[in-house]
Amino acid sequence: MKVLTANRLFDGEAVWLAADHSWAETLPAAHVAHDEADEERLAAHGKLSAARNEVVDVELIDVQLVDGAIVPLRLRERIRAAGPTVRGDLGKQARAVPALAAA
Amino acid sequence: MEPSMYRYDEFDRAFVEARVAQFRDQVERRLKGEITEDQFKPLRLQNGVYLQLHAYMLRVAIPYGTLSSRQLRMLAHIARTYDKGYGHFTTRQNIQFHWPALAEIPDALADLASVEMHALQTSGNCIRNISADHFAGAAADEVADPRPYAEILRQWSSAHPEFSFLPRKFKIAFTGAERDRAAIQTYDIGLHLKRNAEGELGFAVWVGGGQGRTPILAKKIRDFLPHEELLSYVTAIVRVYNLEGRRDNKWKARIKIMVHELGAAEFARLVEAEWENLKGGDLSLPQADIDAIEAYFAPPALPDRPEGDAAVRAARLDSRTFSDWLDRNVVTHRHPDYAAVTVSLKAIGETPGDISDAQMDAVADIAERYGFGEIRVSHEQNLVLPHVARADLPAVHDALVAQGLATSNIDLISDIIACPGLDYCSLANARSIPVAQQIALRFSSLERQREIGELKLNISGCINACGHHHVGHIGILGVEKKGGELYQVTLGGAADEHASLGEIVGRGFGPEEIVDAVETIVETYLSLRHDRAERFIDLYRRLGAAPFKEALYGAEARVA
Repeated sequence: MKVLTANRLFDGEAVWLAADHSWAETLPAAHVAHDEADEERLAAHGKLSAARNEVVDVELIDVQLVDGAIVPLRLRERIRAAGPTVRGDLGKQARAVPALAAA
Repeated sequence: MEPSMYRYDEFDRAFVEARVAQFRDQVERRLKGEITEDQFKPLRLQNGVYLQLHAYMLRVAIPYGTLSSRQLRMLAHIARTYDKGYGHFTTRQNIQFHWPALAEIPDALADLASVEMHALQTSGNCIRNISADHFAGAAADEVADPRPYAEILRQWSSAHPEFSFLPRKFKIAFTGAERDRAAIQTYDIGLHLKRNAEGELGFAVWVGGGQGRTPILAKKIRDFLPHEELLSYVTAIVRVYNLEGRRDNKWKARIKIMVHELGAAEFARLVEAEWENLKGGDLSLPQADIDAIEAYFAPPALPDRPEGDAAVRAARLDSRTFSDWLDRNVVTHRHPDYAAVTVSLKAIGETPGDISDAQMDAVADIAERYGFGEIRVSHEQNLVLPHVARADLPAVHDALVAQGLATSNIDLISDIIACPGLDYCSLANARSIPVAQQIALRFSSLERQREIGELKLNISGCINACGHHHVGHIGILGVEKKGGELYQVTLGGAADEHASLGEIVGRGFGPEEIVDAVETIVETYLSLRHDRAERFIDLYRRLGAAPFKEALYGAEARVA
């Protein structure tokens, strides 16, 4: 399973591609691709969005579902989705809507 | 009064302002889609703007680690206005802001330019910000202040047309004392300002040091270079490297690889041959030019303050906390009535090198009131007030205590160098900061830390070694293994005039094991040392890794 992630061009915010092809600021809103065809569609959209100068550093990342929640396999991506593990007051984890706990 | 530091002339001002305007235009064009990311990325990097895990990162240069109160207040303003209320001082004496929006960075750079600061050449394959001993101009053991020469090299290397696209990044460090507090042997060029038998000033020139995935200590290629030939000789070194250094493989492109592969003697021969064409020419420094730059660094007029001894004696008796701080964080000044104070950015359990906007403002105030408005940044990620009257030490101590900046731990195990690691950095493979915090918490008793004595513990979150793990007495390198973090331990590194590279002690440790492993190493040292005078590094050099391997791995080590 994969989701498409990037950083927003104007402010660098980590974002994930949602089902409606908008860029969501939190991982739970991401669309999960369950097969290669879906991954290709995500990647194609990411390429288009980067070409439109909306995002940079577009990448498909591996995730798994844990109790229905999207959890990236790599710690790096879990930290991107939550914020610095040493500053709970910063990043997505500091928002009213709970984000993924990184570690 | 103005602190003793370089002030921009009209050329500097116009240059920096032009670069801000140029970058503003580049950002606008990028946001409008007129230039692509591939076109824009090298431009933003040339202006110190990286993209990290959570946001952009702006790295601001602090030439030779010298700041004025006015500049530190501006850094506080940048943290407050464009970032999230804090900054991170790095092992290169720079400061990083981890959250600025790209669209606002030109405004931040314009604000920085108003106090003669910028982010130029804090990235890219150019000559980076030049670093120096953080006690320069104040240290009692110094031959001469190396910062005027660092400033001369800064001016020479800024937008140098020949050296703006080198095979790889290029870093230069200065010390003006025999005791190396600037880690010059870990630099591409290390310059040791000294006097020869005739009393003339010059430099011992070290070349080809570096950390990263291939750590190599610099080799001394010249024992004495007359100081007026600094530019001609450094030009010769960088020219030889620029022409002959490898560009086909990023991992073999640093000058350290070239010096290593050619051998120091052959490299020196090439440099000397090139220098033959340069010395005594346009690049030789006229004494008048050296004098003009030195005038900017003239030490503040330090009035005699003989009452300091009595004040310090009384405060020592009055407060154990003050006494501990005096012993660890205060060092001798060349003027007997003054001292240099290290402001610890290593409060137990906090992030090494981080400082809030309010703390920056407070340090700026303290420096202005008690320290001639001058602040230094150390490569060990602390701040320094280089000129404080001993009579004012109790007041400075109290003011720092109020800001949480008076932890008495300089050179102790909790004075940890740590890179931002995987909590922020897109290059990192593992976290550094939580490991540093947990080690500091494990050894939180200052009494225990003092009993252990000098112990430099450095942590990097990847092989690029920004946390200087190769030259820590205890070095910790975080790597990614099977999706998790693993911490490899090296022992026996040092970054001073007796520099050495640490040796890997054995298999790595998981995040839950690494603090115990450090404690085992420390307890092994305590059990084996002759006495308190034998520091950890001394004992390691006497006994080697064997007792530590035995303590960490037991039977496993014996089999190996």
